[in-house]
Amino acid sequence: MSDTHSATHPAHLAHHFDTVEQQRESSSLGMWVFLAQEVMFFGGLFLAYLVYRSSYPVAFTEASHHLDVVLGGTNTVILIASSLTMALAVYCAQTGKKNLLVVFLLATMLLGLAFLGIKAVEYHHKYVDKLIPGMGFSYSGPNAQHAQLFFCLYFAMTGMHALHMVIGIGLLIWLVNDARKGRFTPDYHSHIEIFGLYWHFVDIVWIFLFPLLYLIGLHAPGGGH
Amino acid sequence: MSIHVVPLKIYFGVFASLMILTAVTVAVAYRDLGPLNTVVALSIAVTKAALVILYFMHVRYSPSLTKLVVAGSFLWLFILLSITMSDYVSRAW
Repeated sequence: MSDTHSATHPAHLAHHFDTVEQQRESSSLGMWVFLAQEVMFFGGLFLAYLVYRSSYPVAFTEASHHLDVVLGGTNTVILIASSLTMALAVYCAQTGKKNLLVVFLLATMLLGLAFLGIKAVEYHHKYVDKLIPGMGFSYSGPNAQHAQLFFCLYFAMTGMHALHMVIGIGLLIWLVNDARKGRFTPDYHSHIEIFGLYWHFVDIVWIFLFPLLYLIGLHAPGGGH
Repeated sequence: MSIHVVPLKIYFGVFASLMILTAVTVAVAYRDLGPLNTVVALSIAVTKAALVILYFMHVRYSPSLTKLVVAGSFLWLFILLSITMSDYVSRAW
């Protein structure tokens, strides 16, 4: 590394990139490749749901009546709001508003925690109602076996989604800490940008989970609830 | 160096649209439309996802290579879902 070389390179520009812009686009592209893998990962779960729902439509409609639409709907609103605060955090990072960046990252984190709190309440309801497969699952009626399949998928899909939220909140703690130290500038904030992509992706997964799990049985009469 | 800052108006507009679409999808779910219930619910979900991807995730303003990766991931998802389901649906034929 000669001095003339480093003089033209900002400190945050890695030596294998020509420009800051190229570095930023590369990190975004890398995140999108990771998210493409995530699409396939959740895609497998959605496929399993699709196959079993088309095989046992009556049992799935009936079982979905045991989910709480109000809690699920509230969580949908909370998660979309957290996507807005995350988008605003990226905006603040781009425009150099350091204090507001911390505020919006914290808001995103709080909304994420609220989502997980409501999810925990829902899981507790399922525990009390004996609807957790493998933990004293008990369901009356002719569709019990296929309803159990619905709840297996419900816990697998919302559980994997919740795990992604927990990881996201863990990353937010780290980002808030760095943002408070003023590490991010309009020239250098790829961490914020890339984390935003992750957070929005998790939001998109829920955008599909909510109608598929909570809303499918609402129009059908007599769900037993 | 060109950094594309999405105007705040767009962020709030997208947020409002997502909220309205959420309300619509819940309201529609209470009506019996037969097989159309699923079609409407998934159409609204796809629209919401597209809004998030294009604006919150900045794909509309991203380089073509990023757009290609995004389109590619959904193309592969489509292959996974459509070929598997075409098998399950046609087994009884």
